[in-house]
Amino acid sequence: MSEQLSWRAPRALARLLTAIENGAPEALAQVQTLYRQTAHRAHIVGITGVPGGGKSTLVAALTRALREQSRTVAVLSVDPSSPFTRGAILGDRIRMRGISGDPGVFIRSLASRSAPGGIAAATADMVTALDAAGFDVIFVETVGAGQDDVAIARLAETVVVVEAPGLGDDIQAIKAGLIEIADILVVNKADLPDAQRTAQNLAAALALGFETQGHHGPSLASSPQAGAPSGRAGWRVPVLLTSAAHDQGVAALIDALQQHRAWLETSEEGKHRRLRQAEAEIRARLYAQLMRAALAHIEHGALERWAAQCAQHRAHPEEAARALLQAILPKLCSSST
Amino acid sequence: MVLCMRPLRILIAKPGLDGHDRGAKIIARALRDAGMEVIYTGLRQTPEMIAEAALQEDVDAVGLSILSGAHNTLLPRVVEALRARGLGDIPVFAGGIIPEEDVPFLKAHGITEVFGPGTPLETIVHFIETHTPRRARPEPSAT
Ligand code: B12
Ligand SMILES: Nc1nc2c(ncn2[C@@H]2O[C@H](COP(=O)(O)OP(=O)(O)OP(=O)(O)O)[C@@H](O)[C@H]2O)c(=O)[nH]1
Ligand SMILES: [Mg+2]
Repeated sequence: MSEQLSWRAPRALARLLTAIENGAPEALAQVQTLYRQTAHRAHIVGITGVPGGGKSTLVAALTRALREQSRTVAVLSVDPSSPFTRGAILGDRIRMRGISGDPGVFIRSLASRSAPGGIAAATADMVTALDAAGFDVIFVETVGAGQDDVAIARLAETVVVVEAPGLGDDIQAIKAGLIEIADILVVNKADLPDAQRTAQNLAAALALGFETQGHHGPSLASSPQAGAPSGRAGWRVPVLLTSAAHDQGVAALIDALQQHRAWLETSEEGKHRRLRQAEAEIRARLYAQLMRAALAHIEHGALERWAAQCAQHRAHPEEAARALLQAILPKLCSSST
Repeated sequence: MVLCMRPLRILIAKPGLDGHDRGAKIIARALRDAGMEVIYTGLRQTPEMIAEAALQEDVDAVGLSILSGAHNTLLPRVVEALRARGLGDIPVFAGGIIPEEDVPFLKAHGITEVFGPGTPLETIVHFIETHTPRRARPEPSAT
């Protein structure tokens, strides 16, 4: 046995994360072993929502509060890569100044490296490594998400969607696919005007969605207090007001996080959800493996030749894709990629 | 997977109480545009915070921007804090208002290179690209 993976040995952990991020084969083998050894130890919390809504500030405030309860915290913060240069500026640490330097807190920034869905492809495996290292809570902050960046729902046990007042009208709130994945909705910047109205609009939007699914309506906290999630069958998505920059409403949010986890662990729905997430993760990896295998087998230059045809509308891209697939199918089946 | 093609990861930090952040932001942007992943920590970082961030983020290099005049005390302390964590192999670049006569002292204390006002960004990018070995990292073993 060499050095064990632990939050007390951050350097080894940091290097393992790098190796995972870069797809090093030994690291991927190790992470598979870790995955089988670590089952739902840490509470994995996704933090997503509009750009600039205060996600990082909120994570910092939550982390401070959790440290007061002596719970160890890891933060994975994803920021977008430039699709042109592949470079990135990862700035989430700026908001986390107050929590750095505490050995019970580990912060890692990562670039999306153009993975769709708001979280980098390696995020799930990095979370596994952090879980195995023994952190009590793992926050995954996604890139300031648009409406269909919902990959976080595959990974997190509890998804917190952060909105802020003055960013759009109620129509936008209803349209946002994001709030459909929320287990907890937070209206941050409650110190700004209109926060109450934003919270009410969100609660109304939630109620619409919930009616069609036959659930109860949401509970709306009129002050920065948790709307108590109730009911045995379903989970009532609480709408909470916070002011992360002023440490307001944070305790109520921590309560809601803990209640959601307790609910997951005791309800049938919690079990179903883990199944659905596992299935979605397999699908995502199957897709990635197929793409990799396909691209490795496609005859050199064939894709480019089809592109030239399609660019002039002499062939349809669907036809091109089908032809390319047909050419490689025999090779795919006989290879062990 | 072509490992040598991974982007360089660079930490850009402002040590001490100095609030001049234009230079740091310009450098961060230039490195991003050159394809690097830049972790920007923002203002008022202690040497300990900088070294801790370098460790957690597992960066290839640290860049320090300082215009306050406190470079002779702060910059060597960052290098010490890195060495104390076993990160002495990470190159440390510095820029800002640093008089020519202080540069030999800083280099003797572990700063790889110093870039003053007016240095063309291409010069800085090129230097970092060519003086940042993608460190050989022994993978933590699985057993
Ligand atoms: C703009 C400015 C300000 C702005 C800052 C705005 C901001 N957010 O950045 C304001 C007005 C706020 C300001 C305030 C002060 N300032 Co002032 N300020 C300047 C000024 C005029 C320009 C600085 C600048 O932005 N340059 C443009 C950037 C792009 O250049 P740069 O930072 O040097 O970066 C280049 C290189 O140095 C290098 N580089 C920089 N960082 C890094 C990092 C790495 C890793 C690398 C590789 C390279 C690199 O690359 C860049 C591109 O070439 C300078 C004078 C000057 N000519 O430098 C004074 C100056 C820096 N300020 C000074 C002073 C004294 C102050 C104050 C204390 C004044 C006061 N008494 O209140 C306050 C302190 C503020 C604080 N909290 O720290 C003095 C510092 C004296 C010293 N060091 O001994 C200077 C030198 C003026 C002077 N001649 O006296 N200031
Ligand atoms: N008024 C007010 N401002 C806040 C609050 N929380 C955060 N902010 C400010 O909102 C801005 C964005 O905060 P971040 O925490 O960086 O937001 P983010 O959602 O992480 O941003 P991205 O990661 O860039 O999408 C900063 O200027 C914060 O200081 C709050 O409770 N009230
Ligand atoms: Mg952020």
